[in-house]
Amino acid sequence: MTVYILDFIIFAIGIYSLIAKRHIIKKIIGMVLIEYSTNLFLILIGFRYGGIAPILSPDMNSVQFSQCAVDPLPQALVLTSIVIGLGTLALMAAYTMKLYEKYKTFDMCEIKRLRG
Amino acid sequence: MNNVLLPLSVGIPLLTTVVILLIGKFWKSIGTLLAPICGLITLIFAISLLDVPAGTYWMGGWPPPFGIVLVIDSLTKVLLLAVNLISFLALIYSVSYMQKYTAVAKYYALFLLMLVGLNGVVLTGDLFNLFVFLEIASIASYALVGFGVEHEELEAGFKYLILGSVASTAILVAIAIVYSLTGTVNMADAARFVVNMGMNKALLFAAALFIFGFSLKAGLVPFHAWLPDAHPSAPAPVSAMLSGVLIKVLGIYAMMRVVFSVFGAPAELLNIILWLGVISALVGVFLALGQYDIKRLMAYHSVSQIGYVAIGIGLGTPLGIAAGLFHLFNHAIFKSLLFLDAGSLESATGTRDLRQMGGLMKKMPVTSLATVTGSLSIAGVPPFNGFFSKLLIILAAIAAKQYFIAAIAAFVGLLTLASFTKVMRFSLLGPLPDIYKKLHDAPFTMLFSLVTLSILCFVIGIFYPFFMDSLFNPAAAAILDQTKYISMIIGG
Repeated sequence: MTVYILDFIIFAIGIYSLIAKRHIIKKIIGMVLIEYSTNLFLILIGFRYGGIAPILSPDMNSVQFSQCAVDPLPQALVLTSIVIGLGTLALMAAYTMKLYEKYKTFDMCEIKRLRG
Repeated sequence: MNNVLLPLSVGIPLLTTVVILLIGKFWKSIGTLLAPICGLITLIFAISLLDVPAGTYWMGGWPPPFGIVLVIDSLTKVLLLAVNLISFLALIYSVSYMQKYTAVAKYYALFLLMLVGLNGVVLTGDLFNLFVFLEIASIASYALVGFGVEHEELEAGFKYLILGSVASTAILVAIAIVYSLTGTVNMADAARFVVNMGMNKALLFAAALFIFGFSLKAGLVPFHAWLPDAHPSAPAPVSAMLSGVLIKVLGIYAMMRVVFSVFGAPAELLNIILWLGVISALVGVFLALGQYDIKRLMAYHSVSQIGYVAIGIGLGTPLGIAAGLFHLFNHAIFKSLLFLDAGSLESATGTRDLRQMGGLMKKMPVTSLATVTGSLSIAGVPPFNGFFSKLLIILAAIAAKQYFIAAIAAFVGLLTLASFTKVMRFSLLGPLPDIYKKLHDAPFTMLFSLVTLSILCFVIGIFYPFFMDSLFNPAAAAILDQTKYISMIIGG
């Protein structure tokens, strides 16, 4: 239970950084923290205390395996999610570079041409 | 049933994207050649899938719930047709519109990637696969919004990127919660668990997260803040795709699939969707009344019209859902027509400000006729398609005894008419400024898309009973029948 609360604290720090900080890079770091806490939540769902890694060794049958291994499906989902997060991070970094070229500042509060 | 056209609708645009990216380094106009052909192929697939019986395709031969399954039922057919039709016409339009941009091969690659994501979201029967295709379409659209890398495009694209990523994260957390409760990510299997277990507090929390994530993608108020910046800043064919197709597939269709097929449409969730729709319809049209940037005005109207669709869906009755889907299809057609018109006007006059345009009807007759058709359709003037779909939504609201909502819907329709009368008067009528004396109408490929969409607006309006009976009533019946969905995929 404590692990879930700690995971939620990471999520809260990520949201705080995304909303309250003005520097674009700090907002991106907040976004990354949010994504990582979500991935951690997915892994924690499949976790089992004292479980073994989900690799079927030759001297085990499938019933024993399903009773003592951690769940492999969330691990597969998280792999995909990490890669999606990587793609989004690359796009965020590219946008930051282009925004700095055009607006000459990293302060998000200065970048407010579109309003109304 | 194993219809092989289902994975091909996703696979052929993906293959074309890779080919365009590889050859685009050597031959710059490979995109202009291959992309419209790919759009035509997927459109032919979508049309030929219209009369197959409902069925599935097991990816890799793995049966559900172990493997990923692609599902086609009546609702999928409607959306597949809308997605592929609008993307084919937008690709034809891009052939001449994108001549003033650089890196055009990458534009076509990103556009086809967005088409991959959209077809995938519509066809999938697996929650995590829905998330993956949703992210593919979203990330491609984040890059496309900022494609012309000027100040405003970059700001709009960055805002859209951050807000869209937060929504996608919320959807992923909701999928994680559903997995932890049901032990499966297959939609039909999760639906079977929900039917047996009933809705408990954890599932309600997951449903709330799903509705937050999908409402942000759909542009419902109060999650619409990215939409009025992102839709004007994108190139015109991308605006047509974003406003015409993306907000519907990633927002409304995904929300319908999750709320109706997985959660079984409990009354609390439908009520939330209904009132989100009412607020969006009102706020969208009020904020649109004061706009003079033509594309920003149309973006606010997108918020308002998606509110109409959400009202239809949130009513939950067969007539309401059929009317909502009819309005969704019509809005795809007339909103993309309007955005393509705005692109044509903008590329001719060089400005998006309505106060600087005037009297363009004399110089650009075909574009003006298309603008008039689109404006009358969205305002709900008979005999165009918008009138019938709005009328059906109001009638469905009255039939469900929601008189206040019907009155609001009628009032919003009146304000929409006022707003588009302003658009027509400022851009088409009035005196022609001297600087526009040498204008001529748009090139043929742009006019082809405009004329085709205008004819569709008219034809769908005149023959609306045929379209309702063949497309939208079966779709509403299919989405309301959760047991049939479950038994079609995992057999009872």
